[in-house]
Amino acid sequence: MKEKTTSKTTYQLPIGPIHPALKEPVMFEFEIDGERIVDVDVSLGHVHRAIEWTGMRRNSIQIIYLAERICGICSISHPMAFIRAVENAVDIEVPERAEYLRVIQCELERICSHILWAGVAAHEIGFDTVLFLTWQMREKVLDLTEYLTGNRITKAILTIGGVRRDITKDHHPKIFETLNYLKDNFDKLRHIFLDDKTFQLRSQGCGILRYEDALKLCAVGPTTRASGVKKDVRVDQSYAAYGDLDIKHITPDLLTGQVNGDVYDRIIVRLLEIKQSVELIEKAIDQMPSGDLVSEPKILKILATIKKTNGEGVGRAEAPRGEVIHYVKFNGESEHPYTWKVRAPTYNNILPWIPMLKGEQIADIPIVAASTDPCISCTNRVAVIDGNNNYELNKEELHRLSVEKTRRLMK
Amino acid sequence: MAKGLSKSFKKALWVYHCNSGSCNGCDIEIIAALCPRYDLERFGIKLVGTPRHADVLLITGPVTKQMEDKVKRVYEQMPDPKAVICVGNCGNTGDVFYESYNLVGPVSNVLPVDVHVIGCPPRPEAIIMGVAKAWVKLETLEAKK
Repeated sequence: MKEKTTSKTTYQLPIGPIHPALKEPVMFEFEIDGERIVDVDVSLGHVHRAIEWTGMRRNSIQIIYLAERICGICSISHPMAFIRAVENAVDIEVPERAEYLRVIQCELERICSHILWAGVAAHEIGFDTVLFLTWQMREKVLDLTEYLTGNRITKAILTIGGVRRDITKDHHPKIFETLNYLKDNFDKLRHIFLDDKTFQLRSQGCGILRYEDALKLCAVGPTTRASGVKKDVRVDQSYAAYGDLDIKHITPDLLTGQVNGDVYDRIIVRLLEIKQSVELIEKAIDQMPSGDLVSEPKILKILATIKKTNGEGVGRAEAPRGEVIHYVKFNGESEHPYTWKVRAPTYNNILPWIPMLKGEQIADIPIVAASTDPCISCTNRVAVIDGNNNYELNKEELHRLSVEKTRRLMK
Repeated sequence: MAKGLSKSFKKALWVYHCNSGSCNGCDIEIIAALCPRYDLERFGIKLVGTPRHADVLLITGPVTKQMEDKVKRVYEQMPDPKAVICVGNCGNTGDVFYESYNLVGPVSNVLPVDVHVIGCPPRPEAIIMGVAKAWVKLETLEAKK
């Protein structure tokens, strides 16, 4: 995409797809002048596993487990968005208790993901002691997840029309023990990340994303909230039981009174969200009504209804990294969706890297890139290239293809 | 198991982790295995930044077409004797992605795999077990020399 403009004063630095600073295969091409970054190009596609294509050959219940494996860290958010899209298309009413249970699972995942991110961020600036400290805390949350769902990472807890496992009074002691542990350790974590001089030096004024850029580039999740944009699906278009749970946008000015949009602000937002999630789980357990877990326990009946459905549905959910959208369309002929489209949060958070990284130093690349909490496995797309690594599709052709696809879907 | 291990504790085992298109599930479990709860580093096992320093290659993911040559290059850069551990169902069999058009995997189509660790994702205990088995294999290779 980017034209090669290397002259005598700047040079090109490729990083990736396999590089010790990267946790996932992605390729950056930096144009560098001395130590300063002049331009950045990102190429994706190394983790493309054709999940949407595979999904169109499976039935909706099977897709839940495929959607879980889009990303191992957002393994609730993706099925959540997919299930909500199917429920939207087929008009399934979810029992109220199930909505509360979904909130608890979503928030547990958010705590896990944010603590994980805090560790990775610490690792990126060479502060491995904090990586170990945070991951020790994360193990406690994983223990609780395993206790409630049976698995540590891929939970397989959601199903169309509800959830698969209940949380009863017997589970409460362990849940509150873990939540209290998190609350006790929250101040310690806050002290390390916000008061420590190393963190302040490396993160303040580094990787700035301005409010206007965040709006223009459609950044989502903590990345955009750290720039002061109040955008959170849980509040704006509350789903599941979030509407009952008094939830607010988390922006860094809640703590410091100002918004800078730098890496430090992104740390603040994520830390405050951990606290918010703990409170949300407590409230959800407190307010949870009794009732059914699923609207229709017989999977075959659900599949039969889907087979007869002719329509489309959109599901939105707030993943730890931002808004995830799933779109499904059924054509009334088979149980397989006619189309399944996934828009993962990192897809929006890739372009903000460019204003963040421009003008920064080489040594800041890892922490700035990690500050958006990128998840490359969610994001991968096909790129058609010719033998010389040039993109074969230009803007006009892509536009034509997308118009054709929309017409095909409208039929 | 114990017999092979006791002999092997003499030297430290260095591991290189390569993601060939995985969903991150296995990758975070590998890091969890290195963190305080499971603490692989007490055995001298640690992750290194380059394949040229590594004895063992931990490979996750089902090997997408774009990653095939890169994975091979990583393997070729490792010094002998070396062992390959394939972590996760998708690298071992394809798992949920089995019919995808963009996969070259399972990993055994691309590299000679010595230890298969199954699970989606496998628990950290299973990964540690896998590394210990690779260790035994390396010891046997050394003994033959």
